[in-house]
This record gives sequence, C-alpha cells and structure tokens, in this order.
Amino acid sequence: MAEYAKPLPEVTAESKPFWDACARHEFRVQTCRACGAVQYYPRGVCAACWSAEVEWKPSAGRGRVYTFTVTHRTQARGFRDELPYVLAWIELDEGVQVMSNIVGVEPAKVAIGMPVRVTFEDVKDGLSIPKFTAA
Amino acid sequence: MKPQALIAGVHEFPERKTGKSMLEIQALSARAALEDAGLGKKDVDGYFTVAANPGIGPLPIVDYLNLNPKYIDGTTIGGSSFVAHVNHAAAAIAEGRCRVALITYGSTSRSSGVAVGTRERISGDYLDQFEALYGTSTVGLYAMVARRHMHEYGTTSEQLAEIAVATRRHASLNPLALYRDPITVKDVLASPMISAPLHLLDCCVITDGGGALVVVHPDLARDLKKPPVRLLGSAEAIAHTSGGRRDFLVSAAAESGPRALAEAGLSPRDVSMAMIYDSFTITVLVTLEDLGFCKKGQGGAFVSGGRIALGGELPINTDGGGLSSNHPGMRGIFLVVEAVKQLRGECGERQVKDCRVALVHGTGGALGNRHSGVTLILGRS
Repeated sequence: MAEYAKPLPEVTAESKPFWDACARHEFRVQTCRACGAVQYYPRGVCAACWSAEVEWKPSAGRGRVYTFTVTHRTQARGFRDELPYVLAWIELDEGVQVMSNIVGVEPAKVAIGMPVRVTFEDVKDGLSIPKFTAA
Repeated sequence: MKPQALIAGVHEFPERKTGKSMLEIQALSARAALEDAGLGKKDVDGYFTVAANPGIGPLPIVDYLNLNPKYIDGTTIGGSSFVAHVNHAAAAIAEGRCRVALITYGSTSRSSGVAVGTRERISGDYLDQFEALYGTSTVGLYAMVARRHMHEYGTTSEQLAEIAVATRRHASLNPLALYRDPITVKDVLASPMISAPLHLLDCCVITDGGGALVVVHPDLARDLKKPPVRLLGSAEAIAHTSGGRRDFLVSAAAESGPRALAEAGLSPRDVSMAMIYDSFTITVLVTLEDLGFCKKGQGGAFVSGGRIALGGELPINTDGGGLSSNHPGMRGIFLVVEAVKQLRGECGERQVKDCRVALVHGTGGALGNRHSGVTLILGRS
C-alpha cells in the first residue's frame, strides 16, 4: 500500500464505532431513540434533542452531490500533490449531508445532483477513509 | 431603557507589511484610537480582543499593554470577532460593568507567510475527523457555497467579479490600500482559478495589520474630541451544519441582520452605506441577500451595474475591503473603523454623500460549514 500523505483522523472513544465500521467498509449514520432524528457527523448526543440514546445505523452510503469545488491551489498535505481534486458536500438518501471527496471521476464531470455512493480508501490496518464516487 | 453606547475612537494600523510584532501593532493602535477619542490609557476599564493564545486568550496582550481592566472579553468567533466585541462592550457598558471599552487587533500574517485561504483547515477539535481529511481549505468552503448559489439561482462568475471590481475602484481612492490599480470583470475571470468557481481576484488579500476601537458610555459624550457615532442596533448569530441538514445558501446574517435593524427601528432602505465582510466575493453576495437588501437569489443582479460602488444605491466596502485593501486574517475591526469614518465625514475622495446610517456585518469562520454573523447599525450624532 502506497503511503497515504493526507491528514488522518484522530479517532476517539466517541467516534471509534464509526471508524471501526469504515474499516469493514460499512458507512454509518446515527438515529436517536428518543426523537427519531437521523444525524451525521456522529456524536455522543442527538443534535436535535440532546438525548444520549443515539444508535448506530448502517447506511447504503448513497446520495447525491449537494455542492462541490474543484480545487486547483492548496497547501493541504497530500492534496497539493494531486491537483485538481474535488471537495464536496454529499446529501445521503437519509437526508443528512457528508463532507468528503469525489474520487474516480474526472473533476470536470462532477455536477450538483450527480448520484454517488461511498467507497473506502484503505490507509493502513484498521483505518479506511470514506470517500464518494459516481453511483 | 439601556444607555446607548458610543463609538468614540477608531484606528486602522496604516502598514500592510510591517516589521512590528502583533503586540506592538495593538499598542500603537490602542494609543491612536484613544487619541482619536480624546481619551487616554488611564481611562480604559474594559478590554476586548480575540484569543490569539489558546487557553489564556487576552492575558499576554493585557500584560504587554499594562492595563488593569475591570471587564475582559476574549470572544473569538472568526473575523467577525471585533464586531461582536462592539456588541459585547455595549452590553457591558449598559450594565455598568465598564465605561471605556478598548478593542484591539494585531496580526502579521503577510510577513509570516501565512497562506490564510489555501492552507489546510484544521481546528484541532473533534470535528476535524469528519471534515479536515479532504483537502478542506477556507477558500474551498466558500467556493462550495458559490457553486450551489450558481446552481440554484443562475448566479454567474461575472456577477461575482462585479464585487471585486467595485471594491478595487474604492481601493484606488484609499492611499493605504494594498492594491490600487483598477481591474475589470475580464481581469477577475482571467486570474488563476484557486477553488472553482472562485478565482484569485475573488479572494481577499493577505496583509499584516491591526487596529483599535474605543466604545464608551453616553455620559462621556461631552468629553470626546470628535462627534461620537451611536450604536443604534446590534445582533449576532451562528450558522452551522445543524446535525447534517443545512441550507448553505442562508447565512447567519439572515438572523442577525433583521434583529439588529429591528432594534434600531430601521429597514435596509434607511442604510446609507454598508461594510460587508468580504473574505471572498460570494461572502458579500450571500450577506447582502440575507440582510434584506435584495431577495434571496437576486444578489447577482443586485451587485451589478455599479449599485454597490460609490455613487450607487448602496456603496459598500468604501475602504477597498478585504478584497483589495486589508485582510490580515480577521477583518472585522476595519469594517467598524471605515463605517465610523464615513459617518464622521472623514473619508475624503471616497466619502459617501450625506452618510447618516451605516450597517456593518462581520462574518467569521466559513459559509461552507460554520460561521458567526454579527450586525451593527451605526448612526451619526
């Protein structure tokens, strides 16, 4: 595996179930047992009602590009050697937005509304980073 | 009824690249702003600045200035922080916590070579693991809002460029501005693409700089050197990812703007000129819509045809803005400085005629994930 030069997540106890699932190539969102809200990014409480009764829910990782930018200049580690690249907000079918990269698609072909699905980039043992590609 | 705070003194550090430290910049600016007010160091009993040092905030600068304030505020919410400090100072004054509030800022971004817009955006907190992994930069976050605005409303790069062109025209009238040569829409579109659809000339400059403001109790009005500017209304708000369901085309200005105007008992039609945080051209366009100067989606048409230039219906950023004059990383303080000078009639060639009411709106953070919005309505005495 080529060395991954981009930033890596600092996984905490709060986020470990999310990252453990990513390592198995499974994307997860959360639902609240108290009020039923679905949320992303994951956290220890429900963003809608602050109940701590949030549970992990597997997501198909499918959705559409909400918005994006093709970056031509950046100082960001790893990315500055791979210009241009696509940073995007993806709206999942569950209705929540996820920030990620659109990969495996010519940047010029990316458009708002384009159907996408999650794909995982294996970085090292036990760590895979969710990115999105054309569905 | 609460006492209406006055802005009694302002100063913008004149250099755009300096050998001075951020502490020196603040000390020199503090002295100049107090002189502008007709007050002195001994009068200061409230102190406000951003937390440049995580965890201890204003402690080093208060030590350096050798101040003994009774009221201290280190609110740090991005480039709008100093606009929020005015709001907080007014509240502290109304409560009797202090009478002469000093607000300072200093930064050496340009001489330290900080790539403010294109560097990796890492905050060091929990949220990084969901956002900072993807080549996320400040300009990228704003560019995503610009792209979505174009998609929803048909806004064009040419319309965004109109903002940069009008702002540069104003900079040409400000001897202190970093860039003063006029530019055209064509120049903006021909400048290098940074993060599409934002070109280099859609982005603010990077400078060294700083400044200071003095906000005082209305009882002090007779002791001041110049006619003070009145704070007629103020409000703040935060817009964020909202659990994963956010309309990124609506900024915090949609909350803070109407509240500040209502407090002043005014409407957008009453505003003579506006100082709108211009980190990027798209910041201005979205903010003008949200403040109610035009309908949502009509920003592109609104900024075209010279409406926002001097002589137009709503002159904005008459100092040359962050786009052409001064942006050391956090520009909010300069919005207040220029608005006060306009209300006093001190702006020479770039003076807005019959300037009665100025609106200041600071945006801090990024439109594309989370940001603060702070609106002030200022009136002349």
